[in-house]
Amino acid sequence: MVPKDFLSHYGRQFGTLIGLLVLMLVLWILTPHFFTVPNLLNVAQQTSINAIIAVGMTFVIITAGIDLSVGSIVAFSGVVLASVLQAGLPVPLAIAVGLGVGLLSGLVNGLLITYGRLPPFISTLGMMSVARGAALLYSQGRPISGFSESFRLLATGETFHIPNPVIIMVLVYAAAHFVLTRTKLGRYTYAIGGNEEAASLSGVNVRLYKAMVYGLSGLLSGLGAIILTARLNSAQPIAGVMYELDAIAATVIGGTSLMGGEGRIVGTLIGAFIMGVLRNGLNLLGVSSFVQQTVIGSVIIMAVLIDMALKKQRT
Amino acid sequence: MNNVPMLEMQHIRKTFPGVVALDDVNLTLRKGEVHILLGENGAGKSTLVKILSGAYQKTEGKIILNGQEVEIRGPRHAQELGIGIIYQEFNLVFQLSAAENIFLGRERTNKLGLIDRKQIFESSQKILDNLGVKIDAFSLVKDLGVAQQQMVEVAKALSLDAKLLIMDEPTSALTDLEIKELFATIRRLKKRGVTIIYISHRLEELFEIGDRVSVLRDGKQVGTYPIADMTQTDLIRLMVDRDLKTQFPKQYAKRGEELLRVEGLSRKGVLDNINLQLHRGEVLGIAGLLGSGRTELARALFGVDKIDAGKIFIRGKRQKITSPRDAIMLGLGFLTEDRKSQGLIMTLSVKENVCLPSVERFSRWGIMDLKAEDQAAHQSVQELRIKTPGLSQKVVYLSGGNQQKVVMSKWLCRQADILIFDEPTRGIDVGAKVEIYKLMNRLTAEGTGIIMISSELPEILGMSDRIAVMHQGQLTAEFPAQGATQEKIMGYALGVSNGA
Ligand SMILES: Nc1ncnc2c1ncn2[C@@H]1O[C@H](COP(=O)(O)OP(=O)(O)OP(=O)(O)O)[C@@H](O)[C@H]1O
Ligand SMILES: [Mg+2]
Repeated sequence: MVPKDFLSHYGRQFGTLIGLLVLMLVLWILTPHFFTVPNLLNVAQQTSINAIIAVGMTFVIITAGIDLSVGSIVAFSGVVLASVLQAGLPVPLAIAVGLGVGLLSGLVNGLLITYGRLPPFISTLGMMSVARGAALLYSQGRPISGFSESFRLLATGETFHIPNPVIIMVLVYAAAHFVLTRTKLGRYTYAIGGNEEAASLSGVNVRLYKAMVYGLSGLLSGLGAIILTARLNSAQPIAGVMYELDAIAATVIGGTSLMGGEGRIVGTLIGAFIMGVLRNGLNLLGVSSFVQQTVIGSVIIMAVLIDMALKKQRT
Repeated sequence: MNNVPMLEMQHIRKTFPGVVALDDVNLTLRKGEVHILLGENGAGKSTLVKILSGAYQKTEGKIILNGQEVEIRGPRHAQELGIGIIYQEFNLVFQLSAAENIFLGRERTNKLGLIDRKQIFESSQKILDNLGVKIDAFSLVKDLGVAQQQMVEVAKALSLDAKLLIMDEPTSALTDLEIKELFATIRRLKKRGVTIIYISHRLEELFEIGDRVSVLRDGKQVGTYPIADMTQTDLIRLMVDRDLKTQFPKQYAKRGEELLRVEGLSRKGVLDNINLQLHRGEVLGIAGLLGSGRTELARALFGVDKIDAGKIFIRGKRQKITSPRDAIMLGLGFLTEDRKSQGLIMTLSVKENVCLPSVERFSRWGIMDLKAEDQAAHQSVQELRIKTPGLSQKVVYLSGGNQQKVVMSKWLCRQADILIFDEPTRGIDVGAKVEIYKLMNRLTAEGTGIIMISSELPEILGMSDRIAVMHQGQLTAEFPAQGATQEKIMGYALGVSNGA
């Protein structure tokens, strides 16, 4: 790829990356502990769940949709997974169940949006409540804790000295990048978000691909649930609250437009890391969690403002 | 006209990343003249007027309005300076009524700070009536036809009381009758001292309405001339820098087997018992007024709209087409009349748009062969001479005519052999039109069948083998193109003659 092409494709992400690096530099200066290998791995590990969920969110937002239900799906998949684990289902099967619950919940969103013609905001808002309720009902409101070592290794183990969640995250991003840039699903995802009517008139099966995208978002929420459950050695029916907002923030900071049709998966990764690094740094600096919220919110707003200003330069 | 010019643009330069759109362009407007801007697709016409309307900022140069230098800061500022514009692409809010669109952003409020709806609707209705169009100010823009939407745009610009009114291809979506109405309005405006910049690719009409013409070529100025001194041939030569031998280079191909047969096609309230056939190697021209059901027929054939009755046979076999996807699988292609909302995905690149209907052709197990796709896109871009800095340029940054070529190339790339073209040459310059006609010749020679819907009767007469005319949802006549006349077509289109 020639550099000019690269810049026109990834110019926006390049900007975000510089933002991230500047942020890291500042934190390094403020607190030397920040730039140590254990801490950086720690950041990566803590970012991994949001980063993975944000992949699904990016697909959804590229289609000009939104998925508010990811956090609740994390909780619901988590408790179902936990219960089948405790019932003695082999780990691989239990994982499949966890992913399956996520996938199915996502597909229900997809069907409501395509065949039910509901706006994504409404159907996933409903699902947010339904899945949360289902998680509470299923677990009778109590956490389900205590799993086998082999399951917990998924989150606590390391491969080549790198925490497993980080490896899973990297694999998910590599796959997602491939899907978005090299496959039919990816191309149609952009096309649907850019102009649904034109996509349909060009022969794209809009309903099918939209449903798939919401299914994917649910599936990745299921994956997030697995890592979360393994890390905490417990599944909480109240887990995942506000995850949707973190995922949306990572996506938007990463340059994906809420209008649809535009976005890059690397941007989302950088966006997720900006959020993760910021949290970590503020913690290291001993900033109170109240202030943290405010700072993170401001960063989201600033990122989008800068983005809009840069876009306007084009005229 | 010895007083100061109404507006002067001096040494205007405008660059975009990778593109020099305008280079040292000068333009002088006299008060009350209709000044034509002429040039090939991508020559820089729209860019030049967008600088006046505040949509773009010039890179270099000076603008002098009524003897004073001005910096046009943005669209609002331009409005305040008395510059109104009708863009090539519509800028209407489809969910709002005509009246609300006309006064969008300038809603007058009453004492309570509420929008004075009554006033808005009344003044809008007055402007629309003055334009001589039958549009109810209350009707939602999305329910209006393209031509009516265009008229709403005109009304919007007029309501501003502009001293300079810019029209970027206002007639490309209009039929002859509506063009007449528009011209009557322009003449009235002229009398009131309004200066007009008028962009169009329809050369015939320029002589009727224009005073002077400025020609652009590749972002550079060729010159400004009184239109009375020019002929069409002169203008074409100035624009494209070569002579065009003929406007309609029709070649008759061998009529082959039947590709498409439609029997008794009906859709309640829109299409009434349509029968037609299309054979390999032929162009079936479909004429008719706006709202006669031409586009609706195309949409029904392509599976966009449901049909209530009727049979469709493709290559002799009866088929049920319930979605565009079905239609495409059967070898149909549909070039829609509205490129912005139906033809293109503005956020995607030239390549991605060109190849969208063919994605399946380039993929196996869902994985795309990007090289093959690149090649195909490259070929299409060359074939239609689409002016773009590269395959990965977003289509939103192409000029209108080049966007239209992208829409057309989608179906060439797909290798569809039953093509439905709805206003295929809308917004395309004279030179490129001839190229598209030649392309149609080549396609028919290769055995493609083309249904061409067009409001330009010369195009229908010049490029069709057979002509069908629609009137109020019915096909009222069908006859060979050779020997037919505009009068004959209009007779059927208006429902005066009765044939079939
Ligand atoms: N926003 C933009 N970004 C990049 N390039 C642009 C942009 N707007 C226009 N261009 C380029 O500038 C050139 C002039 O475009 P312009 O729209 O002015 O042409 P035009 O004369 O109006 O053509 P047409 O007859 O096809 O409407 C084209 O090459 C076009 O691709
Ligand atoms: Mg233009």
